[in-house]
Amino acid sequence: MKIKKCLYVNRRAPYGTSYALEAIDMVLIGSVFDQDISLLFIDDGLFQLKKGQDTADVEIKNHSPAYRAFEMYDVEKIYVSKEAMAARGLKRADLLVDVEQLSDNRIKELMDEHDVIFSF
Amino acid sequence: MSILHTVNKSPFEKNSLESCLRYAKNGSAVLLIEDGIYAALAGTTFENTVATAMSELDFYCLAPDMKARGFSSSSMIDGIKLVDYAGFVDLTVEYEKVQAWL
Amino acid sequence: MKFVIQVNEGPYQHQTADSAYQFTRAALARGHEVLRVFFYHDGVNNGTRLTSPPQDDRDIVGRWSALAAEHGLDLVICVAAAYRRGILDESEMKRLGKDAHNLAPGFRISGLGQLIEGVVLADRLVVFGD
Repeated sequence: MKIKKCLYVNRRAPYGTSYALEAIDMVLIGSVFDQDISLLFIDDGLFQLKKGQDTADVEIKNHSPAYRAFEMYDVEKIYVSKEAMAARGLKRADLLVDVEQLSDNRIKELMDEHDVIFSF
Repeated sequence: MSILHTVNKSPFEKNSLESCLRYAKNGSAVLLIEDGIYAALAGTTFENTVATAMSELDFYCLAPDMKARGFSSSSMIDGIKLVDYAGFVDLTVEYEKVQAWL
Repeated sequence: MKFVIQVNEGPYQHQTADSAYQFTRAALARGHEVLRVFFYHDGVNNGTRLTSPPQDDRDIVGRWSALAAEHGLDLVICVAAAYRRGILDESEMKRLGKDAHNLAPGFRISGLGQLIEGVVLADRLVVFGD
């Protein structure tokens, strides 16, 4: 099967909607298809990566441990917007995985370099 | 590889247009559909934002969505092009990929 | 050119399903090939044949079925999203021990892999959602 460069763009906060959860499903299944996968977190999507999520009291499954499992699926390219981090008062130490911080100008190029963009 | 960006949210309600413009590269295009068409109107607080972005990006607006909402080309910022659904399809062919700012 | 269309929202609440339908119809009319329409998230609700809109409103589900019948469109409902929301075909009804099934004609239920495979084979992915 042809290999395409797929960029998963995450723009939504977790739990308020199910997009974050479904993006995880899609990334894991995409990895089975041996596609070249990169993840990008911009806007409120950054909040998906916040450490210390505890959903016990809202009775929704905590899906954040999945981000740490991505490495096992060879999904290693995780990018975040430096500007979006700053706008939300987030620092690298607040995030539960290692990420590469890119400027918004660099992200324009990143989107350009991919064959397909999946938006969540 | 240039991108067709679609925006379907009113700029008065959501930041989809703002995000789109932040990440849209020179030479790509923005197509306003559904409630996104309100960004195409002249005389709003977003006119300046859109007019400035138009120096680097091509702007299109989906005519059926504009007509449904009671507006026509006479209400639009100069230089935004109206397309119908066939025109929307043609734009997705002309540009190499489509990014939906939902 | 080969298209895959992704639909993320159900009928009636958002314009999503209408926009996706109009786009799909226009793409076919332009002579393009629509490899697959993939219904994801709440979009799976486009696939229940039990919707009963009033006579003066459009029949969103029926419209998809008719388009599929006319053009041999592949309308695929995401299985994980569908089970969560109660969209079932007959065999899954039996397997899951439920007392009804509701999948509309022309639709089939399958995995997310169908979206990814479609996108790999297609020239364009166009996403409609909220």
